[in-house]
Amino acid sequence: MIKLALSIIARDVRLSMRHGSTTTMVMGFFVMVVTMFPFAIGPEQNILQRVSVGVIWVAALLSCLLSLDRIFQSDYEDGSLDQFVLSPVPLELVVMAKCIAHWLTTSLPLIVVAPILGIMMNLPGQGFLPLIYTMLIGTPALSFIGGIGASLTVTLRRGGVLLSLLILPLYIPVLIFGVLAVKAAIGGYPVMGHVMLLSGFTLFSAAIAPWAAAAAIRSGLE
Amino acid sequence: MSDKLRGHNLTCIRGDRPIFSGLNFELPPGRALILSGANGSGKSSLMKIIAGLLPAQNGNISFNDRDILGDKDWISHNICYLAHKNGMKPEMTVAENLAFWANMEHHDGDIRQEAMKIGIDHCLGLSVCYLSSGQARRAALTRVLCHPAKFWLLDEPTVGLDSAGVELLAGLMNDHLNAGGCILAATHIELGLDPEKSATLNMSDFTYRAPDIWEEDLL
Repeated sequence: MIKLALSIIARDVRLSMRHGSTTTMVMGFFVMVVTMFPFAIGPEQNILQRVSVGVIWVAALLSCLLSLDRIFQSDYEDGSLDQFVLSPVPLELVVMAKCIAHWLTTSLPLIVVAPILGIMMNLPGQGFLPLIYTMLIGTPALSFIGGIGASLTVTLRRGGVLLSLLILPLYIPVLIFGVLAVKAAIGGYPVMGHVMLLSGFTLFSAAIAPWAAAAAIRSGLE
Repeated sequence: MSDKLRGHNLTCIRGDRPIFSGLNFELPPGRALILSGANGSGKSSLMKIIAGLLPAQNGNISFNDRDILGDKDWISHNICYLAHKNGMKPEMTVAENLAFWANMEHHDGDIRQEAMKIGIDHCLGLSVCYLSSGQARRAALTRVLCHPAKFWLLDEPTVGLDSAGVELLAGLMNDHLNAGGCILAATHIELGLDPEKSATLNMSDFTYRAPDIWEEDLL
C-alpha cells in the first residue's frame, strides 16, 4: 500500500517537474502578491511589520488555491482518473497520495521563499523560524481541504471560480491559527496552544479529505 | 453454463434521458461480443456500467452466479477497460506510463514484449506527447495486453489505428479469445475477429446476431 502511494506521489512530482510551469507560476504569484503590499500601503516599516505575517499567510493561501484545480483535472481529462477508479488501489489512497504530491509541488516551494519575503516585509527576526514551522504544519491542510474542493469540481468545465468560493472559507482556521502562532512568538507569548490547534486542524483534514474526495470523484464520474 | 458474464434486464438513464432499458446479454468464455449501433445508442454507457463507473438503474450483471455489478474487487482483477481516452500522461514516456499502470494494477507483464506485438516497442522511450494518435492508441492497447484480466472491455479500440494496426489488433484479440479470454468491444468498423467466436449486439434495436454454433439461443 505504502509503496503504491509512494509511486503515485513520485509520478505526480515528476509530472510537475517536467511540466515545470505550475510550481514556478505559483511561486511567482506568491512573490508578486506579497510585493504588491509595500507599494499599496507605503514603505513605513512599523506598518509593514504589523501586517507582514498576515500578508504572507494570505498570499500563501491564494497561491495554493491557484493550482488546486490541477490535482484531479488533468487525470480526468486524459482518462487516468477512470483507471484509478478501476484499479485495485483504493481511491482514498490515490486521493491521499495526490494531495501529498500537491503539497510537495506547491506549498513546499512557497515555504522556501517565505523567509525572503519576510525580509522584504520587515518581519522581526524572532518571527522567521515560527513562520516556517507554522507553514510546515498548516499548509498540508490547504492541500487536503483543497483536494475535497478539487474533487467536487473535477467534472465542471469552469470549476476554478466555484472551487475558490467553496474552499476559501474552509481555509480561515488555518489562517487564524497560523498567524496567531507567529504573532505570539514575535510578542514572546506562549505559542503551543495555537500550534496544537493548527496541527489538529491539519490532522483532521488529512483524516476526512481522502474519504470525502473519493466519494465526490465516484459520484462525479457517473 | 454459469461461467458466463451475463447481463439481465439492464436499464441506463443519463440525466433524464433513458439510454436503454431491458437489455440482456451473455458472454461465454472464449467469445467476443461486438456492440454496434448508432452514436448515442449506449455502447459506452453499457461498458461503463459493466466496469462499475456508471450505476445501472435496473437489472444485474452476474458471473458464476455471483452479482458483480459494482463489486470493485472482482472488477479490478477480472476486467480491463480501455476507454476513449488513453489514460497516458503526455509528459511521461510510454514505458514510464505502462510501468506505472502495471504497478497500480498489480501485474508484471513484459511491457517490451507486449509492445512489440502491437508494434510500438520502438517508441517506448518517447514521451507520449510526441506520439501520433494512432501510436498513442497502440501504447494504450499495450496496457490491455499486459493486464492479466480475462475480460477486455474495449471502447472503440481501433480509433486512430492504421490498417496494419487494426490487423495486428485483430490477431491479438483472436489470441486472447483462443486463450479463453472474453472481449466486449464497441466499434463501427469490422474488427476481423474469428466469425465463429463473435456475436454482434446492435444497441439501436437490440437485435442480436450470433453464429449458429453457439449452443444456446442467447436472448
